[in-house]
Amino acid sequence: MTVRREPATPVLTVEDLSITFTQRGAAPTRAVDRVSFEIGAGEVVGLVGESGCGKSVTALAVMGLLADRNVEIGGRIAYAGTELLGLPRKRMRDLRGADLAMIFQDPLSALNPVVPVGRQITEMLSRHRGLRGRDADAEAVQLLGRVGIPDPERRLKEYPHQMSGGMRQRAMIAMAVSCGPRLLIADEPTTALDVTIQAQVLELLKDLVETEGTALLMITHDLGVVAGLCDRVNVLYAGRVVEAAPRHELFGNPVHPYTTGLLRSIPRMDGDRGVPLNPIRGSVNDLVAWADGCAFAPRCDRYELECLAGTPAVTELPGVDHEHRCVNPPGTPAVVR
Amino acid sequence: MSLLEVRDLKVHFPIRKGILLRRIVGYVQAVDGVSLSVDRGQTYGLVGESGCGKSTVGRAILRLNDITAGEVRLDGTDLAGLSTGAMRRQRHRLQMIFQDPMGSLDPRQNIESILGEGLAAHGMGGSRRERRKTLIDALDAVGLSANALARYPHEFSGGQRQRIGIARALVLQPDVIICDEPVSALDVSVQAQVLNLLEEIQEQTGVAYVVIAHDLAVVRHISDTVGVMYLGHIMEEAAADDLYAEPLHPYTKALMSAIPVPDPEVEAQRERILLTGDLPSPANPPAGCRFSSRCPWAQSTRCHDEIPALIEVRPGHRVACHWVEEIESGEIRPHEVEAEMVPASEIGVEIPTVEPPAVP
Repeated sequence: MTVRREPATPVLTVEDLSITFTQRGAAPTRAVDRVSFEIGAGEVVGLVGESGCGKSVTALAVMGLLADRNVEIGGRIAYAGTELLGLPRKRMRDLRGADLAMIFQDPLSALNPVVPVGRQITEMLSRHRGLRGRDADAEAVQLLGRVGIPDPERRLKEYPHQMSGGMRQRAMIAMAVSCGPRLLIADEPTTALDVTIQAQVLELLKDLVETEGTALLMITHDLGVVAGLCDRVNVLYAGRVVEAAPRHELFGNPVHPYTTGLLRSIPRMDGDRGVPLNPIRGSVNDLVAWADGCAFAPRCDRYELECLAGTPAVTELPGVDHEHRCVNPPGTPAVVR
Repeated sequence: MSLLEVRDLKVHFPIRKGILLRRIVGYVQAVDGVSLSVDRGQTYGLVGESGCGKSTVGRAILRLNDITAGEVRLDGTDLAGLSTGAMRRQRHRLQMIFQDPMGSLDPRQNIESILGEGLAAHGMGGSRRERRKTLIDALDAVGLSANALARYPHEFSGGQRQRIGIARALVLQPDVIICDEPVSALDVSVQAQVLNLLEEIQEQTGVAYVVIAHDLAVVRHISDTVGVMYLGHIMEEAAADDLYAEPLHPYTKALMSAIPVPDPEVEAQRERILLTGDLPSPANPPAGCRFSSRCPWAQSTRCHDEIPALIEVRPGHRVACHWVEEIESGEIRPHEVEAEMVPASEIGVEIPTVEPPAVP
């Protein structure tokens, strides 16, 4: 495989993506609200946020895995210049698995329990690369070896339940990269794993991005994982990107009170132990509709009346590629409630 | 004497085969010789990866698992030797907070009934009015209002449900609360609320905690003493600050270096000890040191033959490793370790009470 570097068009462009779930007899739920980001080849972009912020739904929309009914998708998703929304189903099936691949959080439910792992990989190889029989088996062995599974020939015939959690996640990564995708989406790939196994899997993903030039969309709630892996980070809250910046800029100079709140509320291995944590008050259920103002306002320390005067606009910090969506960012005097 | 003392605790689960006879073909040594002690107002943190036996220790302290050998002394009384009835009378002094706040609250009971059940079972709480007052006080202590009493678990968010779980433990005014993964099912912003709450409660009531968690940062934050478990053994035990400032056991070093820190500058500079392979099966642990199959510092043949004892190597800092000093002085260098496969037949072994890791 050749190493691709910095092509003119980004591998993935998401522009003003909105996803609304409609249900008869109930008010529609907007899960994703005008989200935009780009990923270039060999780049790792993180989507960070807590449960219900819309990060997984965004991934499913990119993969074309959302149902047709009861879902309204607006905006634009383009893969290397090809518009994915509205693409004929057959074309999408050709792309999915070959050019776009996804790793799920829980490998046990993502893998088919009654099919040997090897067959699940060769299925991909025959569908997209036309490999059959021994050729496909040989390629699958090579892929399993590539993701660090010892004794891959034997593992080929085993079922998912015979493998440990870390092995299963490796097998799923092997499936995802089997056809050399240019875009890989990893949805909480290490959340179900132990820390020592998590470190192994993250190292593997990092290595794949570096050697193959794959674009990686990393979805996680763990800011530690983001700090070690992502080039650029998008922080989501209630379906919107509230802050986006390159990694060093975001962690060095976080602006949005939600980002700073998240960072201050995590106990850190290298932090001061005696100091109590600074939690964000309330929970994600305390919400204001984005149309009426900032959704984070009910939980925010810097909340002011102007926070509820319509959707907060995006502010760009000059020269550092850093944008946020806060009406009253730190630096301006805070009103204490 | 400490409030709670666990001495040489062993919990072995039989592995049975066959349909009719259910012959015992072996044992899973989930906990194999664990000792720890907690004082009033103190917190003991037990960390380790899934399957290391940390939850089994917690459950064995409450005698929710049968104890194979060893002592669990609460104020000098050995709980392991008590009859079922006598144990039941002691149980209000020991309470537990569970990982999954939805799974541990009965969806068809309202909060008043959930919180009051313990009082009724132990014949405590006095009249109905007094009992209600106790429940409202407990709710107040966890930051919930009295109108929660008439509501049902599904009406609350995950963080609030965990608060209810904490209130249920508090109602009986226990001496010790076992917290099994108290925050791992919660969102990060809510985790901090619950951790702060646990600390506040301890300051006010002087309750002792045994906190069981896989997240080292959480354990470090809340604990006074931390024990690191691996395959049923405590590998290292020290005051939280000492352990994190100077981890001495190779497993602790690897575990701590594997935890991502939310700071890219720190991440870039950190030295990683990447362990190869998986946790061996507790049904067939490596001979000698339990960590020897994955240890980058393992020396043949002593590490593979002899189980290292937990020895005090610095004041208050105990380590179970044959080569602590040699590793610290750099005399023994780390080497490559071949990833060892855990035979498939062993992974299928049913290990009771070991929950899967948290999936938020």
